[in-house]
Amino acid sequence: MLKRAGPVTHKNNKVMIMSVNALYDYKFEPRDKVENFNGMQLVYVQWAGHLMFCAPFALLVKPDMSFRALIDDVLKPAVAAHPQSVKADFLEAQWELNGESFTPNADASLVDNGIDHKSMLVVTTPGLDGMFNTGY
Amino acid sequence: MAVKNKKLNLKDKYQYLTRDMAWEPTYQKKEDIYPDESFEGIKIVDWSQWEDPFRLTMDAYWKYQAEKEKKLYAIFDAFAQNNGHQNITDARYVNALKLFLTGVSPLEHAAFQGYSKVGRQFSGAGARVACQMQAIDELRHSQTQQHAMSHYNKHFNGLHDAAHMHDRVWFLSVPKSFFDDARTAGPFEFLTAISFSFEYVLTNLLFVPFMSGAAYNNDMATVTFGFSAQSDEARHMTLGLEVIKFILEQHEDNVPIVQRWIDKWFWRGFRLLSLVSMMMDYMLPKKVMSWAEAWEVYYEQNGGALFKDLERYGIRPPKYEDVANEAKHHLSHQLWTTFYQYSQATNFHTWIPTEEEMDWMSEKYPDTFDKYYRPRYEFLAKEHAEGRRYYNNTLPQLCQVCQVPTLFTEKGDATKLSHRQIEHEGERYHFCSEACCDIFKDEPEKYVQAWLPVHQIYQGNCEGGDVETVVQNYYHINIGEDNFEYVGSPDHKRWQFIKGMAPQQKGDDQAEKTVQKPNAA
Amino acid sequence: MSEQLVFIVFQDNDNARYLADAIMADNPHAEMQHQPAMIRIQADKRLVINRETMEEELGRDWDVQEMLIDVISIGGNVDEDDDHFILEWN
Repeated sequence: MLKRAGPVTHKNNKVMIMSVNALYDYKFEPRDKVENFNGMQLVYVQWAGHLMFCAPFALLVKPDMSFRALIDDVLKPAVAAHPQSVKADFLEAQWELNGESFTPNADASLVDNGIDHKSMLVVTTPGLDGMFNTGY
Repeated sequence: MAVKNKKLNLKDKYQYLTRDMAWEPTYQKKEDIYPDESFEGIKIVDWSQWEDPFRLTMDAYWKYQAEKEKKLYAIFDAFAQNNGHQNITDARYVNALKLFLTGVSPLEHAAFQGYSKVGRQFSGAGARVACQMQAIDELRHSQTQQHAMSHYNKHFNGLHDAAHMHDRVWFLSVPKSFFDDARTAGPFEFLTAISFSFEYVLTNLLFVPFMSGAAYNNDMATVTFGFSAQSDEARHMTLGLEVIKFILEQHEDNVPIVQRWIDKWFWRGFRLLSLVSMMMDYMLPKKVMSWAEAWEVYYEQNGGALFKDLERYGIRPPKYEDVANEAKHHLSHQLWTTFYQYSQATNFHTWIPTEEEMDWMSEKYPDTFDKYYRPRYEFLAKEHAEGRRYYNNTLPQLCQVCQVPTLFTEKGDATKLSHRQIEHEGERYHFCSEACCDIFKDEPEKYVQAWLPVHQIYQGNCEGGDVETVVQNYYHINIGEDNFEYVGSPDHKRWQFIKGMAPQQKGDDQAEKTVQKPNAA
Repeated sequence: MSEQLVFIVFQDNDNARYLADAIMADNPHAEMQHQPAMIRIQADKRLVINRETMEEELGRDWDVQEMLIDVISIGGNVDEDDDHFILEWN
């Protein structure tokens, strides 16, 4: 009766990914595949130390948009309410892409920068670390 | 005493009216009649060991429930006839009810469906009877809550379309997906999730201190339905504890399965209750106890006693309870500032707490409020005063499992957002915490299907590409009435009218004295 | 924390005041707290409600299950029969 729907993956002798117990072969398409976004893709951006924005932004963007356009046309308007936003130079800042440090090419597209669907970008602006010494 | 002996005693009566009314099937196999009972891997050796400590039978159930209903509806009538809404401490309070009606009451209905379903799936008669009674209770809760709040709906905004909103609005996907997750699990996981982890371990936090707070804010109708529901809950909690003990006593192989469910559902419930933390600290104008205090009493103290009791079965306290315990100093403040910045997309209002309220929070949160949160409110108040009431116009990232925006901070560092991500079968997934990430890794097939409201808007499935259209057309939130800042809202104006123009009646004087001027800050 | 507390919470109403009095009479180690609209009683390990004490308090017959009307919450393992209602941790 007991059925494990998918393969159990072992890594370092530890069960990493398990699987649903179900009465039938339980398999579904991920709901947020890139093809569901009508030619667009998602990217998440967090400005580290600026918790005035309570969570990373979820942004809907064109994959062939340049990194510079992401900054100028999308990120800057998103952070405009923060008093430090006027001083922030995001192109000269420190970036992380999906947990790895990353040097963007401003004029290349997101895809050419390796920023694929549902990628997470974290930007740190040295000298600008939020308000009230609390990363706000 | 002779009279008493004529009656069956409680134990015999329970035996006759539950077990002895069941029968052993003869021409069908038990596995065919109860096909969902074994696939979760839970082994039941002897169903007759199931005990309902209350030993409640249907006849007694109807008798006591009828009495509760009569009391409850007499109070609803009195409340409505006497315009009870005019006597609450402050109309800001009603916003907690808007969240309750859209976020909690539909869960009562979901619980009704859930217990009706699992009540069919157990081969033990005692368990079936207990689930049947609980299903009826949950339906009663859903209905009485809607009745109680229908009076408020006549006088305040945001209460007009709760069931519709529950299915669609971004933050209501948090409670909705919580219950959908439980209801799509097997029957034993459902009971572990809802009867034990949620009802026994966590719902006290909502129904006891928050309802006491409703009383303190003069909301007679809400405290009455709350406590009336909770009187059923006392039975449900007992069932929750019995369920766990029963499963654990049946077979040692059940222990690791139950432990994994407890870990999962403690955390799912904790994330869901983060909404309650802000109801308690921010939406009760007169305060009873802080979220941190309630967490200490109802989780750390009572949960501590419970898990000590369960030690003998080899069960340990839920994984990540240390994270939850530490978060009590931050949770309500992080939630409220989130809803403050996304009030354009909520069916309730938000505001900056008054000076007096902030002083209360400083006292209740001595290590965190003045350091982290008071400066934020002072900044936001100044922005508002200068004509820049802060709204965040960009949609947030949501956790793939709990569906809350990934807004929580790391344990021990309230300046650093907690975020985890993994890749699974070529897709990236993001989480608010290690705990939610663990839950995903245990059952990825379940959570890859998550209906995340932000992504659904971006996929074009919510009747519009811009927030305004989605909020108005898809959510049925009336723009300029239900949403945005409290100060200056139609509710606020109506409340000022009520307090200024209402004829002097008994009770009004008192209400006048305790009302706090909105936005004194 | 060495104490392992059981607790029971009642609506603060006329019925429950008799219950609270009966509990305090039979459980000298219990502690009673009043909060808005509710009465919370907690005790280390064990609390008991006795039918006999309640009948004495009320001056009438009392069914242990009548407490279901006024109770709001409980913590501890429940054991109920015709003569008493017990909450305890093992």
